[in-house]
Amino acid sequence: MTSNNTKNAVNKRYIQNAIDVLMFPLIAIVLGLFVAVFFVMWAKNLGFFDGVATLFSAIWEGTFGKRANFIETLVATTPLIFTGLAHSVAFRTGLFNIGVEGQFIMGMLAAALIGLIPGIPSFIHVILVLLGGVIFGAVWAAIPGYLKAKVGTNEVVNTIMMNFIAMNVSNYFVKGPIHREGSASSKMILESAQLYRFLGPSERVNIGLFIGLVLIFVIYWLLWKTTIGYELRAVGLNRHAAEYGGINSKKNIVLAMVISGAIAGLGGAVHVAGTIHKVHQLVGFTNYGFDGIAVALLAKSHPIGVLFSSLLFGGLNSSARILQKYRIPKQIVYIIQGIIIIFVAADYIYKWFKEKKKKEAIKNA
Amino acid sequence: MEKVIEMRGITKIFPGIIANDNVNFELRKGEIHVLLGENGAGKTTLMNILYGLYQPDKGEIYVNGKKVDIKGPSDAIALGIGMVHQHFMLVHNFTVAENIILGSEPKVGLKIDYKKAVNDVKELADKYGFKVDPNSIIEDITVGQQQKVEILKALYRGAEILILDEPTAVLTPQEIEELGQILKNLVKEGKSIILITHKLKEVMNMSDRVTIIRRGKIIDTVNTKDVDMDTLAEMMVGRKVNLVVQKDPPKVGDVVLKIENLEALDHRKLPKLKGVNLEVRAGEILGIAGVDGNGQTELVEVITGLRKATGGKVILNGQDITNKTPKEIIEAGISNIPEDRHKHGLVLKFSLIENAVLGQHDKEPFSKGILMNYNKIREYAKKLIDDFDVRTPSEEVHAGALSGGNQQKFIAAREITKDPYLLIATQPTRGLDVGAIEYIHKRLVEERDKGKAVLLVSLELDEVMALSDRIAVMYDGKIVGILDADKTNEMELGILMAGGTLKKEGEHDKQ
Amino acid sequence: MKKLIALMATLTLTVGLFSGCAKQESQQPQQPNKPQIRIGLATDEGGKGDKSFNDAAIAGLERIKAEYGIEPQIIESRSADDYEPNLTTLAADNDLIFGVGFKMADALKTVAQNNPDKKFAIVDSVVDLPNVASYVFKEEEGSFLMGVIAGKMTKTNIVGFLGGSKFELIEKFEAGFRAGVKAVNPKAKVIVQYANTFSDVALGYEIAKKMYNDGADVIYHAAGGAGLGLFNAAKEMKKWAIGVDSDQAVLVPDKADVILASMIKRVDTATYTAAKAAIEGTFKPGTIVLGLKEDGVGISKTINPAVPKEVIDLANKYKQAIIEGKFTVPSKPSEVDSFQAPQI
Repeated sequence: MTSNNTKNAVNKRYIQNAIDVLMFPLIAIVLGLFVAVFFVMWAKNLGFFDGVATLFSAIWEGTFGKRANFIETLVATTPLIFTGLAHSVAFRTGLFNIGVEGQFIMGMLAAALIGLIPGIPSFIHVILVLLGGVIFGAVWAAIPGYLKAKVGTNEVVNTIMMNFIAMNVSNYFVKGPIHREGSASSKMILESAQLYRFLGPSERVNIGLFIGLVLIFVIYWLLWKTTIGYELRAVGLNRHAAEYGGINSKKNIVLAMVISGAIAGLGGAVHVAGTIHKVHQLVGFTNYGFDGIAVALLAKSHPIGVLFSSLLFGGLNSSARILQKYRIPKQIVYIIQGIIIIFVAADYIYKWFKEKKKKEAIKNA
Repeated sequence: MEKVIEMRGITKIFPGIIANDNVNFELRKGEIHVLLGENGAGKTTLMNILYGLYQPDKGEIYVNGKKVDIKGPSDAIALGIGMVHQHFMLVHNFTVAENIILGSEPKVGLKIDYKKAVNDVKELADKYGFKVDPNSIIEDITVGQQQKVEILKALYRGAEILILDEPTAVLTPQEIEELGQILKNLVKEGKSIILITHKLKEVMNMSDRVTIIRRGKIIDTVNTKDVDMDTLAEMMVGRKVNLVVQKDPPKVGDVVLKIENLEALDHRKLPKLKGVNLEVRAGEILGIAGVDGNGQTELVEVITGLRKATGGKVILNGQDITNKTPKEIIEAGISNIPEDRHKHGLVLKFSLIENAVLGQHDKEPFSKGILMNYNKIREYAKKLIDDFDVRTPSEEVHAGALSGGNQQKFIAAREITKDPYLLIATQPTRGLDVGAIEYIHKRLVEERDKGKAVLLVSLELDEVMALSDRIAVMYDGKIVGILDADKTNEMELGILMAGGTLKKEGEHDKQ
Repeated sequence: MKKLIALMATLTLTVGLFSGCAKQESQQPQQPNKPQIRIGLATDEGGKGDKSFNDAAIAGLERIKAEYGIEPQIIESRSADDYEPNLTTLAADNDLIFGVGFKMADALKTVAQNNPDKKFAIVDSVVDLPNVASYVFKEEEGSFLMGVIAGKMTKTNIVGFLGGSKFELIEKFEAGFRAGVKAVNPKAKVIVQYANTFSDVALGYEIAKKMYNDGADVIYHAAGGAGLGLFNAAKEMKKWAIGVDSDQAVLVPDKADVILASMIKRVDTATYTAAKAAIEGTFKPGTIVLGLKEDGVGISKTINPAVPKEVIDLANKYKQAIIEGKFTVPSKPSEVDSFQAPQI
């Protein structure tokens, strides 16, 4: 084989790989929208083409169409970038950190607590708030991570429990020490603790978005350019080989959870410091952590993919509002998201079977 | 001569490789026919097509002269074709009889007629001279016995044509002989047998005819008695092959590895190593022979830090490394070509670049602080690929995309290039073709000649005998004898491997 | 790197998909009527179909639709984070925007400030802005009457209160109820428990069952959907329950036999009144308090036949006394202990 041929073959394989990687997410999105059209037709009593036009114009309007909506799309995207990244790091290490939700909540709480401390110069205050989110989230994830590594308890079960504890801890503070009279939320954090809103104080989009964008590249760099990422990914792909190569898999499991939790906690802090400026009393979960699962799955746990899939989910969440304006039930959006998740999951299952079959073929060869 | 199987013009293409290229193959009634070829030559693919696991892209199959379309194993079984895979597919906590009847259970009403099953199995076993107890639990019997269960399973389902995939890979010399006898009995009863193998000695001993396949193409079909091993090897590999490992007498140096009364538990927390004593010196290859499951795997795991020792010591160059972490042990100067290259040797979804530094990724020049230097790593990966003649389109492909032989070469390259004091090689040539085996053997001997200590663990007695300077036989968690390789023979080793003792002297070097 | 390219392609395609369709976008879906004003409403997380608060608010606008042909735009909120963008979206298209629930107060305040030319109305909370009308209810007054009924109907001298969440708003229900019980039956004890949910039916059921096991034989709830669990428990244990917000014996007919009565909170009156005022040009900002006097709260039409006439009469007497201002019902649980009910 000449080197030129080799190169062509390699290029061809890249294209093939790209198609493989993109196929299912794209099919999933198209099918999700396609099915949604039927619900729109049913809900609004429209023909197919009118249904398509109504749905897509609503989603377009809700996502990018108007300045205000586009801003809200960015606002909805920001927390998903963090939670999507948090899940991606865990997935890459072979862990399922359902606790991202709870770590996000703890980050929110940290921001509210620290954000209420008076007399700190703004620049330092913001940093303290974000750092607090990182620490709260990291600690919240480290506990199940440590239990998994030391005792072998399932991180899924433990992190689910930690979610409920986080919700109640947060509510304890919101109802008690930092409660604002007459409201179902905490006091507003001080102005010195708030993230800069670059389109003016009445537009909720804030520099948290850029923190998220930078973090995407930091995580990409961490996973693929550092020994830390090398070890995390090695443990995620083949724990045995990693151990054989002198990599301490237990240490890396805890580390992955800590990084994942830190990202989630930072996301929570950014959400409070940038977007909502207070913590609501929670009667249910915020769902940012759970939506992050779908974001990471659709992104194939790739940080760059998280950028696009969080934008997609953020856009869909934001356009739920516009759909309702046109008297289309908001549930249509959840149907679209649900179908996308189902297809992406189906892809994983399909791959898993294919892999299994291939392994058997290798064994028998 | 009646043809029971005829495969005509079979072509099977996998992405990027033509596994079978217009292959013609025939099996006559009552013959043992070996399908000989290197790993990846396409012999298993061809048989998987016959057994219905794959569909051919082109070609026709005739069974007993009739054209058939085999869509799956159930079609194959209905046509009287049975297959015994290299990796057994038995339920470990079922009895022998339960495993044999699985899928075609005799029933009374809705209940399984276990009594009838046991009787049927007994009858079948006696008929062909199998010595198995239908009531034993699979996990309690030896691998050799398990293989017999697999064969019985096929026979129970009415197989007239038996395909055996690498059946001798897991057997002791005595067991191989027994298998040969069983196959002869089967043929006498009118069965026809296809044997997939790459081992020439067995071809000569067991078969009537041989079909040689190379890179997906049939080279020739010959009568066994008309050829010799060298000719077969040449046909298989496509060039002259040196079947004997060339090596000079060892220049033995100081003790590098010293193991004292080493004890360890297995994964079920039962004692597995029961006081192992061993020394490996610089400049020698010490081979460990033994039947699978006598503690070899655990011994290597303890030495490399993957398993905790419960007693005893491992000393490398005078330094106690017992129960240190794998990382510390790697740093102390032990390299390991592991038993299972997919499980331990490689991260299959990592590129070769990333795999090249597994175990040294945090060392300069591959990284500085936490920053990986991928330029250096890529260079290094290229060097490994060039030095060890690893066939790959590029260093960027996933390790999983390589053939087994090339994966193993790559691992050997990585481990040898680390320049260790002690090189451990566990089953270094399992599943490899002759070319790759030859190459790996050559490199191991080179390392020994460079003054490294080499610890070879292999279930293939031929390999141990060909490479080792001294041979330690392991049985039931202990070293039961250490023999000079040039002063012993297969018979002696076989007795020790089976737990027997040697009357005459020949044991030496007691520690 | 290749994944990066792959994902770039995803975005391009995804955006292309949307934009491709957007180009042939039809004009925005028709809005059939050409009314003088447009009305929008944002629900809280309970959303449409909660058979309680949100539905009541929407019902008021249904009446407006029937009378004036104005179809409201309704947006449901998925979480508290949605309030602000939902109200902002509504403000862009409508002249009068409702926020339903006290939790929306902050968001409504922000949006009302950003849209000074639009009119806003909020139910259950006070937002002090020149373009906002705030409708609040004296839930304690209606709850007081429920306390009277419960205090008279209990045989065990133990009654229960099941709250959704310990908000100040819900505490008004608790305070009024306890005061009512105290007025007619000072010996009776009130077990108070908050479920921390307005939606978990199973949890409501469990708590109610525990209260009944602890001896309570009448339980009043202010717990939204979780209150449905109370009715299940009452039915199962053959005890009494009291409903809230709407006439729940009508809304949950299969449990009507265990519901003594319901405290009616006329959220629909609030939304109807505000919308009507806006249409007729008489919209006035400020706080509008709806109590027994204004018919904003009251006793449901449906009263269980098991309630004796003299109990109903007694409740009506108290109602009259409150309307006439003879005494004030405490609105905070802490005020109940010092509350002295006048003898009637």
